[in-house]
Amino acid sequence: MIAGILSVIGAAICLVFGLIFPWMKVPIIVGLCYGLAALGVAVLMRAGQVSFGHAMYSCIAGYTVAFFARAYPALDGLLLVAAGVVAAVVAGAIIGLFVVRYREIFFGMLNLALSMVLYSVLGKFYEITGGTDGLRLERPPFAGFHFDRSGYETALLVTALLASLVLGALVQRYFGSAAGEALAGIKTNETRLEYLGMSARRILWSGYMISAALCGLAGALVVLLQGLVTPELGYWVRSGEFVFIAILGGSAHALGAFIGAVVFQVIQLVGTMLLAGTWKMLLGATLILVILVAPTGITGVLPIKRWGKSREPKISLQPIAGER
Amino acid sequence: MNLDLLPLALADGFSYAGLLFLVALGLTLIFGVMGILNVAHGAMYAFGGYAAASLVQAIVNRGGEVPSVVLVLALFVAAIVVGVVLGCLLEIGLLRRVQDKDPVLQLLITFGAFLILDDVQLLIWGGTPYSASEITGRLGTIELFGATFTAYQLVFIPLVALLAYGTLQYFLRYTRVGRQVVAVTHNAEVATALGIHAKRIRLVTFIVGAILGALGGALSVPNTSLVPGVGTDMIVLSFSVVATAGLGQITGALIAALMIGMARSLAVYTFPEFEVVVPYLIMVLVLLIRPYGLFTVAQARKI
Amino acid sequence: MLKKAPAKVLCSLAVIAVCNSFSSLAWAQTSKPTTLPLGITTFLTGSASVFGIPGKAAAELWIEEFNAKGGLDGVKLSPVFIDEGLGGDKFLSEYRRVAQDAGEKVMLAAISSGNCNTVAPVAEDLKVLDVMWDCGTEKILEDRRYKYVVRTQANAVTEMVATVVYLLKTKPDFKTIAVINQDYAWGRDSWEIFRNALLSLKPDTKIVAELFPKFGAVDFSTEITRLQALKPDVILSTSWGGDLDTFARQASQRGLTKQSLLVLPLAESSLERLGTALPDGVIVGARGDHYFLHPETKNDPKHKEFVEKFRARTGSYPIYPVYHMVAALEGVVAGYQAAIKKNNGQWPTTDQVAAEMHSLKFRGLTRPVQMREDGQGLEDQLLGVTKKVSEYPFPVLDKIMIVPATAVTPPIGEKSPEWVKKLKPDLLTNDQIKTFDYGG
Repeated sequence: MIAGILSVIGAAICLVFGLIFPWMKVPIIVGLCYGLAALGVAVLMRAGQVSFGHAMYSCIAGYTVAFFARAYPALDGLLLVAAGVVAAVVAGAIIGLFVVRYREIFFGMLNLALSMVLYSVLGKFYEITGGTDGLRLERPPFAGFHFDRSGYETALLVTALLASLVLGALVQRYFGSAAGEALAGIKTNETRLEYLGMSARRILWSGYMISAALCGLAGALVVLLQGLVTPELGYWVRSGEFVFIAILGGSAHALGAFIGAVVFQVIQLVGTMLLAGTWKMLLGATLILVILVAPTGITGVLPIKRWGKSREPKISLQPIAGER
Repeated sequence: MNLDLLPLALADGFSYAGLLFLVALGLTLIFGVMGILNVAHGAMYAFGGYAAASLVQAIVNRGGEVPSVVLVLALFVAAIVVGVVLGCLLEIGLLRRVQDKDPVLQLLITFGAFLILDDVQLLIWGGTPYSASEITGRLGTIELFGATFTAYQLVFIPLVALLAYGTLQYFLRYTRVGRQVVAVTHNAEVATALGIHAKRIRLVTFIVGAILGALGGALSVPNTSLVPGVGTDMIVLSFSVVATAGLGQITGALIAALMIGMARSLAVYTFPEFEVVVPYLIMVLVLLIRPYGLFTVAQARKI
Repeated sequence: MLKKAPAKVLCSLAVIAVCNSFSSLAWAQTSKPTTLPLGITTFLTGSASVFGIPGKAAAELWIEEFNAKGGLDGVKLSPVFIDEGLGGDKFLSEYRRVAQDAGEKVMLAAISSGNCNTVAPVAEDLKVLDVMWDCGTEKILEDRRYKYVVRTQANAVTEMVATVVYLLKTKPDFKTIAVINQDYAWGRDSWEIFRNALLSLKPDTKIVAELFPKFGAVDFSTEITRLQALKPDVILSTSWGGDLDTFARQASQRGLTKQSLLVLPLAESSLERLGTALPDGVIVGARGDHYFLHPETKNDPKHKEFVEKFRARTGSYPIYPVYHMVAALEGVVAGYQAAIKKNNGQWPTTDQVAAEMHSLKFRGLTRPVQMREDGQGLEDQLLGVTKKVSEYPFPVLDKIMIVPATAVTPPIGEKSPEWVKKLKPDLLTNDQIKTFDYGG
């Protein structure tokens, strides 16, 4: 309940700030997209697997949006986003089939390798993908309206906020459902899960597709905002940033990804505006601090019991009455 | 492409592989002994290179006749200094504290360290390119298969790589410290129980690994130039070598580096558009068929 | 109760916000600002920074002097630098941030043709004047008519055709050619034009290799080996900046420069840095007629004074990005001054200035530039061959040829690919081409 109220208040604050200070719309939308992508990574982190290549789904969605927008300029922005997400999910389904056989470091590395293959291919085939310059797209109509730049950004802001609220709530429900608990079971003890009659691979595969969809949505929105997609969207450092935000926020609650995104954006803003050119240092220092002090992230540290059902089993050191 | 270009492609691949191997060697050594995939290895490469370039430029600027040996030695000196300093900093300051944590967290902490070091590098050396081409000029050229190669690139770098490989193998097999390293790799707990100072061994190994990474960077400077971002590119490239070979496999890394080096240069001759994709493509294909790398020995799973 | 209050607050805040934005729009255009921000993009990090940082120094030097002399009708110019080395999408965010800021401004973007491609539509959309101060891709102004985007220098067509002319006049009987260009808009577009122009004027040329290493690559060893094996008579490279430096050094170390004739249309910007790495006889271009030893203007007081001031400030001689920057700034100022005059002394609107930019004639440090109706500037081209002399520790240009822009630029409305195919060999004997020897 509290998480829900907090989310809505947060969304309202974002909207108000975006309207009062027009320059803030872009960083807020970008922050929300980072949050969505980190949510995708957090879904997999629930299963104890960290993917270092999920930026490739943002990239796939982004390029899909760009291809369609250039081929059919009259297509509505919402349709483009849908197309991007579908592409990301399809890719996630296909790639997921292979990738879910791996665990731990190898899972991460295979995802990394695949994202680097995509990155290299996109950067090289100049004729088709625009190479390292990327692809530009003109501002499409959005929800049936032809906005000017300012209205377009507002429309994207509203869309991003709605998407974040709805998807955050849905993912949190997913975590609480049987499928979500099974996903967490992969982390705790996969063998036991298999003995219960569930296919760990299939569970992980469905979680993978969900995470691909979330990353894809983030990528599609960002590309619509910028009007440009470059292979950099799929670079491994971008995936690392998603993981960073997911860790920062913690995977205990869906809201964590967005809290992490807010902190991330603040650090970036402070780093670029106040201490010019040191934002990477601040990011790195924060990451190290979080891992040393609070490896379960912000939501792992806050009293999450009051936010929903407790996830961590209580280990009691008291002997059961009657035993020695 | 006709077949008489093949020897040329192989010669190119050979020199590229040498550099790749040096960097991958450090990475795989660290993983083998400590179980940590060190993302900050890219920063070792970059720092080693920049330090070497600065040192060589400083020596050259002092004026006078400087023998080539001094300049070449400067590369090694820079690499060793960077390796020791950064290695100690990272191992003692950071990695010791996360020794018992999740391997993913260990990896992420090295990622955090990499981000910090990347900015530090920009602060110290700025954004303009650094190089030290004087060295390549001094070592002359070699005619081979109808093309001219610089002796530095064709002979010196592969020589250093092979030397590093040989030295490391000798070290691990025939010296006491080396055998202790192997023991710690197999089972740190039992090794400690037998009286081996595992903490010190880990530190030594990390420093050696860091020096190798820095050496890769230092040796790349005379031939190419250093710009911001080389560390980031090199780290994924060396990951691909290490993952293809199998984490912790030293000989495997040599073979994988050769494989990737040759494949890349063959690509330039046949399908130049695929040149950048080749290392990652190989990594994906190998990992799909043999998930633990080409040369990993089957290990018993402990429950 | 609780539900209504936030809604009311939200509504009133929204109304305030909307009113705010309207009011700022209404006042911005007609009043004279105290300072005019110039959003200048250049490469500050990475391989290309050796090219971009002198451009920044030139802007700072020029603007300081200009402001000291009173500025633009009393308005001081204040430069804001944006780093193109951030990469395509981060660069675009920064560009937008500056361009969408409230108030009047002029953008000068960019060096990279890829970045120009990206920001031109954005500037047009935001109705902000954008002067393309260094990028060369001709496609921007050919594919679409822009109101707010102009280019104060020549484009790829002018330069590449001039280069073909020089090559054919210098070495008319070569058989094979290979190209090694950077893999992005400029590298690809410039090759397309060069190839078509060459094949129109010399159809029997054989192209033996087309290599496109990635932009910012630091190692060309494999490509050089391949070129050595193929032994072409001529090797073309439109690379620039750190990429060109590395390629030229590696090529020179391995003797490629002895085997083939190198044609480097952008190498004037690398001459001083390369020093003795380039041998004699390499064909070098300057993307315009920009050279500190320009035969017609080297003793011109404005040019000479600037060269000396620049050298004192940075320790190096100015290279063509410096000249382009000065030309762009002169162009902007000239545009404003023309618009002010037409407006009877009143500060002009952006639309008025943009209109003037489409018919201006102004001078940077060398020959004057004529702006065309389509926003494209006509800039004469200077090419020469390298020659070692005792006066300088780096090669100078000898056998200089200046090709007039009108002879090698397609007319307005004609697309370059078609125009280039119609080139006739009598272009080589055009009497407006002037030649000069070093020291002459």
